[in-house]
Amino acid sequence: MRHLKWHRNSFHPQLATWLLLAGIALFGAVALGGCQRTAPLPLRLTNITGHMPNLDFALTDDTGKAVTGAEYRGKVVLLYFGYTHCPDVCPLTLAQLHVSMQRLGALAEDTRILFVSVDPARDTPAILKSYVNAFDPRAVGLTGTPRAVEALSKRYRSAYTREPATSDGSYEVSHSSAIYVFDRAGRARVLATPSATQDDLVHDVRLLLNTQANS
Amino acid sequence: MKALGFGMLLCAALLPGTVYATSAQDVRVSQAWLRILPGALPAAGYAVVQNTGSQPIVLTGARSTIYGEVMLHFSSVAGGTSRMRMVDGMPIPAHGMAHLAPGSYHLMLTRALHPVIPGDHVLLTLSFDDGSTLNTTFIARPANAVDAGPDSVTPPATGTTANAALPGTHGAAQDQD
Repeated sequence: MRHLKWHRNSFHPQLATWLLLAGIALFGAVALGGCQRTAPLPLRLTNITGHMPNLDFALTDDTGKAVTGAEYRGKVVLLYFGYTHCPDVCPLTLAQLHVSMQRLGALAEDTRILFVSVDPARDTPAILKSYVNAFDPRAVGLTGTPRAVEALSKRYRSAYTREPATSDGSYEVSHSSAIYVFDRAGRARVLATPSATQDDLVHDVRLLLNTQANS
Repeated sequence: MKALGFGMLLCAALLPGTVYATSAQDVRVSQAWLRILPGALPAAGYAVVQNTGSQPIVLTGARSTIYGEVMLHFSSVAGGTSRMRMVDGMPIPAHGMAHLAPGSYHLMLTRALHPVIPGDHVLLTLSFDDGSTLNTTFIARPANAVDAGPDSVTPPATGTTANAALPGTHGAAQDQD
């Protein structure tokens, strides 16, 4: 009741807050547009341009080679955290990404799905290779030391937790379900949450593929 | 002696059917498939389970002669995090249906006695809360399949409700912003 009264009699603090936020958003949009000197891309997914760091990591790919984010410059990258002993949600996501790749046609050759294992204890490069190749030829499995995987996860404010093991020693890993999309210059551009549609993902990836790396 | 044995067998066969219908008798399964992952990785089982009866039914699990262990699991996405947990049962409402579907209830199959390859037919024995069972053939599909495919042994049931809800589906509206 006290809150209601305060709200009625005061100078609409909520409205003032919204106006302030709108002003900041407008200023931000103008400033960003000024820097890029072009209209922002009409991306449909959650736009994270300028809010997440560039693609960078020090991991091992599924052939056993040490790789960094620079390895994938020039490609549009779809980054996803998962693990191979995940029989349901990870395959669902990867199968949907495979369908998206098919819809991109020849453009898909300039795209890479990076599947980062949040279960490096079980996911060797060889296991990862057979796993990701079962979904799409453009998919690459990445693993590394627990510390290196954690560093990449934290860089994108992602999280994962190893659940308690069952009597036979098997265990599940709860993990963030988002897909991070990077442009050819390695900049974080959009975030696809589980509720995102395949149409929007294909739209945005196509847009990024058709845009020069310096725009 | 022979006649008595036959009589007992006849009684045993008729009694449950004439007095009570079992859950399994009210269940129709369609679009049953397994997602096969490479190597020794676990497989997942999906199907549409229809209850034609007037009582709710609970699917409590499944057995297989090929997989050493079959568990009923439930995947969920909450707060942007994917989780999977073992559950005791999947309820199937009276005159309704429930889905074993990606991102929701599903069977997790481990410890295959021999490699299962896409195209194989795998017999699973589904079990229900009244103890009744139902043998169902699941078709093995490749890792990147998104449904039962054209060669499903259990084709879509006629009169399927197209807008049936898929609770907890991976694509369900959550964290839209």
